[in-house]
Amino acid sequence: MRAVARLVAVADGRGGTVLRELRGESPLLLRQAAAEDGVATVYVVGGAAGPLAGDDLRLTVEVGPGAAVRVRTVAASVALPGRPGAVSRMRVEAVVGVAGTLHWLPEQLVAAAGGDHVAESRVELAEGARLTWREELVCGRYGESAGNAVLATSVDYAGRPLLRQSLAVGPAAPGWAGPAVLGGATATGSLLVVDPDRRPGPAEVEAVGGAARGRVLQTPGGALAAWLPLTGGPADLLTATAADAHTLRVLLSAPAGGGVGPVGGAAAGPLPVTTVTAPRPGAAAGTARVDAVGRR
Amino acid sequence: MTPSSMVLLLADGRFPAGAHAHSGGLEAAVAAGLVTDPATLGEFLRGRLATGGLVAAAFAVAAHRAAGVVDRRSTLARLDAELDARTAAPALRAVSRRQGRALLRAGRELWPTGGFEALPAGPPGPHQPLVLGLVAAAADLDPVAVATIAAYGSMTGPASAAVRLLGLDPYRVHAVLAALAADCDATAARAVATAADPPERLPAPAAPLTDIHAEVHTTWEVRLFAS
Repeated sequence: MRAVARLVAVADGRGGTVLRELRGESPLLLRQAAAEDGVATVYVVGGAAGPLAGDDLRLTVEVGPGAAVRVRTVAASVALPGRPGAVSRMRVEAVVGVAGTLHWLPEQLVAAAGGDHVAESRVELAEGARLTWREELVCGRYGESAGNAVLATSVDYAGRPLLRQSLAVGPAAPGWAGPAVLGGATATGSLLVVDPDRRPGPAEVEAVGGAARGRVLQTPGGALAAWLPLTGGPADLLTATAADAHTLRVLLSAPAGGGVGPVGGAAAGPLPVTTVTAPRPGAAAGTARVDAVGRR
Repeated sequence: MTPSSMVLLLADGRFPAGAHAHSGGLEAAVAAGLVTDPATLGEFLRGRLATGGLVAAAFAVAAHRAAGVVDRRSTLARLDAELDARTAAPALRAVSRRQGRALLRAGRELWPTGGFEALPAGPPGPHQPLVLGLVAAAADLDPVAVATIAAYGSMTGPASAAVRLLGLDPYRVHAVLAALAADCDATAARAVATAADPPERLPAPAAPLTDIHAEVHTTWEVRLFAS
């Protein structure tokens, strides 16, 4: 199936946001929901199973200056096989204007066995725009091996490259499950937080030859994550690997390094997350300082 | 590609650019218990070639190309910013720039008129693949040679570190490398194939665990390798 959807949000001049355009077609339908924390919220509703190999879906999001939008999906997408040799595609293009805000918080993408899926996102942020952008990938449904999936994300801030990353899993991606990429984790994901009010970051530190520091998070079950300060703009990337989607969501809901609060997530439980500041893996556990336990 | 002594010289681990001080993320993967033997080392190297190896090779070829264009200073600055955007972990950005400075020092000694002044200036130094591209241009190598040197370096660094970190038999480690030679060549070929793409379209494969482990590694007080 081919489908195109478009969402245009503009400031209403009274501190709120109006959805000037909201249209889609099956299986890519858009529905406005009740505002969350005063932010206009839109759900992407899958009007059919899938994505199935052969599908070509395209979503455009425009957030005007001063407008704020949150986009969610009602359920995880499961990328399923279709015609032999066919690829399913989901393309998202988002543009956020000055002082605009986009929270992109979809549910997981599941790379089902035999599937072949490419999710491509391009985000252009004006200077002063805000973004939270979550991506979660689950490698196969329960008990099955992963299909092929590529999650390619490209974000520019004020005309400069901020983030380019393309995560590939499945039989076509050499070494993806190995110790350099996922180390056997079946769930992986990231949360990009762009916040113009963030304290001066790594760009200043690195310009004079210094090294900025990430912040490592760990669960007792061995799931790992790290807040990584980026240099192309006022942004941090939280990247994580975990044994399951639930633990991954807990990690991706951890408070940011740059003073950004937790973002809303569905179904995150009370799993403890510890911030590790000076440990050596395998060294005495007593040397690890615990900065934060629990979520919110 | 005709084998050339110049290719061997630049790919040699003894080339004085400080490569021996880095394990390419292997030390942290070993500490995490993920690499323990030749088989898991092979999987580590396969993943590394497909991610960091491909990025390094693609950007080395792009910088090699940029050496021949009129506005090479701005092209190299753009490539430098694009590499930053592909290197989310600050520890890995610092390592790439430190290795870039070391290679730049060697390059300037060997090819004083190599055009290295077109690289981004400033204390952090340029990213290593950009310097490699210019060094290879100064040495008159072709794009396939540049890409092969970059991809090869991404696997031989961790491989020799494995001998020291795990006490692996060097013969077994080299058997792993020999088995990956075709992957290495394929990585180089992919890098060359993307060379004409605009900088934002160059490969950007991610390796989440390598990023996270690099940050864990910087917190250690005692370590054998700088990265």
